Amino acid sequence: MKWENKSIDPAVRTMLGKADKDGIDTVWDRYEAQQPQCGFGLLGICCRNCIQGPCRIDPFGSGPQKGVCGAGADLIVARNLLRSLMGGTAAHADHAYEAVEALYMAADGLAPYEIKDENKLKSVASKLGIDTEGKDKNRLAKEVAETAFADFANHGSSPMKWLTATAPQERVETWGKLGVLPKNPDREIRTAMHQTSMGVDSDPVNLILSAVKLSLADGYGGLHLATDIQDILFGTPTPVVSEANLGVLKADHVNIIIHGHVPLLSEKVVEWARKLEDEAKSAGASGIQLSGLCCTGNEILMRQGVPLANNFLAQELAITTGAVDAMVVDVQCIMPSLADTAACYHTKIITTMPIAKMPGAEHVPFEIEKVDETAQQIVRMAIEAYKKRDPGKVNIPDEKSSVMAGFSVEAIVGALSKLDASNPLKPLVDNIANGNVLGACAVVGCNNAKVTQDASHIGLVRELLKNNVLVVATGCAAHALGKAGFLTSEAAEKYAGETLKAVLTAVGNAAGLNAPLPPVLHMGSCVDNSRIGDLVAALAGYLKVAVKDLPIAASAPEYQHEKAIAIGTWAVSLGVFTHLGVVPPVLGSQQVTTLLTSDPVESLLGGKFYVETDPIKAAAGIIAHIKSKRAKLGI
Amino acid sequence: MKQILVDIKKCLACKSCEIACAVTHSESKSLIGAVLQDKKPRQRVYVEAGDGISFPLQCRHCEDPRCVSACMSGAMYTDDQTGLVANNPDKCVGCWMCVMVCPFGAITQDTEQKIAQKCERCVDLEEPACVMACPTKAIKFLDIDVFSKDARLQYLTNFHLKEEGK
Ligand code: SF4
Repeated sequence: MKWENKSIDPAVRTMLGKADKDGIDTVWDRYEAQQPQCGFGLLGICCRNCIQGPCRIDPFGSGPQKGVCGAGADLIVARNLLRSLMGGTAAHADHAYEAVEALYMAADGLAPYEIKDENKLKSVASKLGIDTEGKDKNRLAKEVAETAFADFANHGSSPMKWLTATAPQERVETWGKLGVLPKNPDREIRTAMHQTSMGVDSDPVNLILSAVKLSLADGYGGLHLATDIQDILFGTPTPVVSEANLGVLKADHVNIIIHGHVPLLSEKVVEWARKLEDEAKSAGASGIQLSGLCCTGNEILMRQGVPLANNFLAQELAITTGAVDAMVVDVQCIMPSLADTAACYHTKIITTMPIAKMPGAEHVPFEIEKVDETAQQIVRMAIEAYKKRDPGKVNIPDEKSSVMAGFSVEAIVGALSKLDASNPLKPLVDNIANGNVLGACAVVGCNNAKVTQDASHIGLVRELLKNNVLVVATGCAAHALGKAGFLTSEAAEKYAGETLKAVLTAVGNAAGLNAPLPPVLHMGSCVDNSRIGDLVAALAGYLKVAVKDLPIAASAPEYQHEKAIAIGTWAVSLGVFTHLGVVPPVLGSQQVTTLLTSDPVESLLGGKFYVETDPIKAAAGIIAHIKSKRAKLGI
Repeated sequence: MKQILVDIKKCLACKSCEIACAVTHSESKSLIGAVLQDKKPRQRVYVEAGDGISFPLQCRHCEDPRCVSACMSGAMYTDDQTGLVANNPDKCVGCWMCVMVCPFGAITQDTEQKIAQKCERCVDLEEPACVMACPTKAIKFLDIDVFSKDARLQYLTNFHLKEEGK
């Protein structure tokens, strides 16, 4: 693979040269070695759901059209898709559940976390219909946690409370009519697993409806729940300025990279890294430099101002700098190759979660009661490793960009209320109505070795901004935009169309920035896509229309994870036009492809998938969609 | 001249060669374009299993091709320049004599035009598509003598252990 095709990030390109020299096998080398990838797999038409298989359907019609059991391409593709959604939903629900457990134990004084955001606690409690009067924060937190636990224990027929309490009413009714309201995330995953096993459901349409149901379990029992509980525990993010890219690593510091998704341990590592700075100094370092990868990185950026090292595809290259003393990982998106890469340097890979171990790494178990001790131990391991660092192997790229992050819905409304205190959404809505802001697009998701790293994120966003589309971002997309300088006031000058720039300047000045708001608002981690859901729901509510009628879109230009498939399906279910920049493995079925990308899903849910691998064409497609929604609204 | 040669121990019957071959014979030459195309392209290599092995079979482009001898319309011929066996669609009358005499079953029917179709060995590509697609490198594109030398060396690898080389 040509190096230009691997990444557009100059820091990554520098490190690719070093990786080559140091004999490091990277994700791109392995991707290349996998070429060509199996056509049956790419099209989603292989089935291993029973031991009569594996079965494959000939996509060109001359070979077998049915598996041993009689399943055809449509059924196999639909079943495989639903299984992907289960993976994604399980990941988010498990993440959220851990956060709920932490809150519950914290409320009982059993976990050493302080409930940081009482306002959020009260607001979540009232949405859930919990009486907040006269209750102290621990009691209230316990009741909130119990309500969440009740969703996971719900064996009745009522839908999940977290969904009915936080989703737009119009949607709850729509989903109710379709019979796709989830009752309990665990139960829906179990049922879907059953449904896709050999000889249960053979109706592709019924399976796709289950995919919708699962995506709602993901959206509310995963994303929304995780965001709510994490905000209560660690604080709702407010705008913060930091930096992004490998240049944040410091040669004279102990460098600890925090990687993964769940902030329960990482918040503590941040706390203890700050407290144990002196120990690092005694070891000869000038201090401790923390930085983040993937969504744990986003979480601690938003709440603690910790800089971002890089995004998903560059995790091995962060180690290749030779300057990382410890990489602490929790769950999700952690490449199994990390221990191999680390073996070439002094870097310690520290796994922490019982379900995410790695041969060659050191395991320091995360136990909630002892999280302070664990965090200290991890920081001290990094300091020890620092002493073994070989300066001859260190090469830190210079590149880093300033980033402004932390735009929770609360923070956005806060900034807007400086313009209109009684009606904070009005300035935004007015500017959408008069066309200064053409519309909005959420650019989210991962990196994928199939796409030149960050190229589609940047290519798409550049076009959108030029056309006065406001962008909000989460996940590794947000990292990409941060590294490329899009999360700054200067980016408004540089990339935003004239009218968008004027709006960003007015809001920025009113909010006291003395500069425009960044044209891309960093709204957090992947679970924080729930914040985007809340924002569009608030806009729709203010305008008294449904989410599906808004001039908005979502895009996952470089997604790779099953989680992204679940989130994307949730966005479509919410009524959002959702672009995918990588072809999902469904094209082996005409029926499923049509169902997801055209009339059937659009007429039922208002949203649909739009697949386009070229970011420039995708931007045109998104803009055309936004314009058509504007036309329908008569604006 | 290079030939398509198969290491029979390595074929896992994944049919990647079949897919790649069909894609090469599609309009767009891409997997996604090929599945979306109305008239589906058809492959010219067939993975068959028998006697405990699986094997990708395609036209062997024989030195003394029975199909050419059997062809009464002169459609099937050996190309002087490439040395490959080819079928001229303008002359083929669909009598299927070639199909009957081919010992490998490598000739099939172009269902639309009702004429014989077979592997053309991807003359425009550096390597045939099936060779490039094979994940275990069971299908090779080599000079016969190179293949034979490899086989001899493999045979000798474990000579003292009296095992055939792996
Ligand atoms: S479930 Fe059906 S299609 Fe799948 S492996 Fe078994 S027999 Fe084949």
